[in-house]
Amino acid sequence: MGTALQLLSWALILAGAFFTLVGALGILRLPDVFTRMHAAGMTDTMGAGLILGGLCFQGDGITAVRLLLILVFLWFTCPVSTHALARAALQGGLRPLTGTAAQRDVAAQTPASRQDP
Amino acid sequence: MFAVAVAALLVAMAMAVTRALLGPTAYDRVLALNNMGTKTVVLIAALGFLSGRPDFLDLALVYALINFIGTVAVLKYIEYGDLGAAKRADGGTDA
Amino acid sequence: MIRAAGLWVVLFALWLLLSGHYQPLFLTFGVATCTLAVGVAYRMGTLDDESAPFHLAWRAVAYVPWLVWDILRCNVQVARTILSPKLRIDPAIVHFRASQRTDLGKFVYANSITLTPGTVTTGIVGDDFEVHALSKGLADGSEENEMNRRVTALEGEAS
Repeated sequence: MGTALQLLSWALILAGAFFTLVGALGILRLPDVFTRMHAAGMTDTMGAGLILGGLCFQGDGITAVRLLLILVFLWFTCPVSTHALARAALQGGLRPLTGTAAQRDVAAQTPASRQDP
Repeated sequence: MFAVAVAALLVAMAMAVTRALLGPTAYDRVLALNNMGTKTVVLIAALGFLSGRPDFLDLALVYALINFIGTVAVLKYIEYGDLGAAKRADGGTDA
Repeated sequence: MIRAAGLWVVLFALWLLLSGHYQPLFLTFGVATCTLAVGVAYRMGTLDDESAPFHLAWRAVAYVPWLVWDILRCNVQVARTILSPKLRIDPAIVHFRASQRTDLGKFVYANSITLTPGTVTTGIVGDDFEVHALSKGLADGSEENEMNRRVTALEGEAS
């Protein structure tokens, strides 16, 4: 395999690792479940996408096709489960924080959402 | 170099577990667990390359399937309190 | 019937790809399994445009790269938001009007919105999409309108 392709592969994997970490940081930092969904979506789309895309260059053809299959499956199911989660949270009585109230909550480090139903 | 990806994934999974433990609502926990499942799928794929056994990809594919069904099942249970319910509690339908 | 044949071909290709065995015995098993699966889908009456959307396939070739590019762009924006020390978020519920005619088109649009980080579809009533956005800048309408236009184009004339 060419060195350029090898470099591209590593760049993709490292970028994917970066986005995965940032997504995880977002899950910890953001104030309520609705905003955390966006951070989780980041891990699901770009984190998984870039890492699996980078791994594609490391194996033979069949391996690459299988990796792409996993990726396609992840990208089909992630929005569905995110949407189900949002609907369930709304149904369960949670209301998203809006506007600058969310920022104040972050600054004061107060628990932003209700306790377990 | 695969080790870098595996290490990053493990750190990110630890962060997701922290969120699952902190809560504060059940939905935060489900979100964190679903997210951990996605990371596990990628982790299995990366581990397969790290140990030189790309057969692990089949496991990753099956794990992706199970993770999706598991998340939806847990959410349905939280929402309805019953896995067999066909209609919403308020009589509406899923639009 | 064309739809059933198409579904069978796709299923069998998947079987060949994932099994990796090409002995006559395994091929027979594969043919039998795929035929059974298509037969069950036919009997359940689920073999329609929504379960086998082959009519979207060639237009999706143009849509998917644009979607991936858009996901990349929004990811960078959300990553910047999360990494900024002061965490400048401005979560809001916004409403969009979708111009797709079929449920399948709306499904594709809603999933595209959710797949793009920073926006999550939380509800659909008729043509009205309720979207939760991480900050108002991520859902100012311009990008969603572009996506709406492209999904409607993906849906095409025939339906």
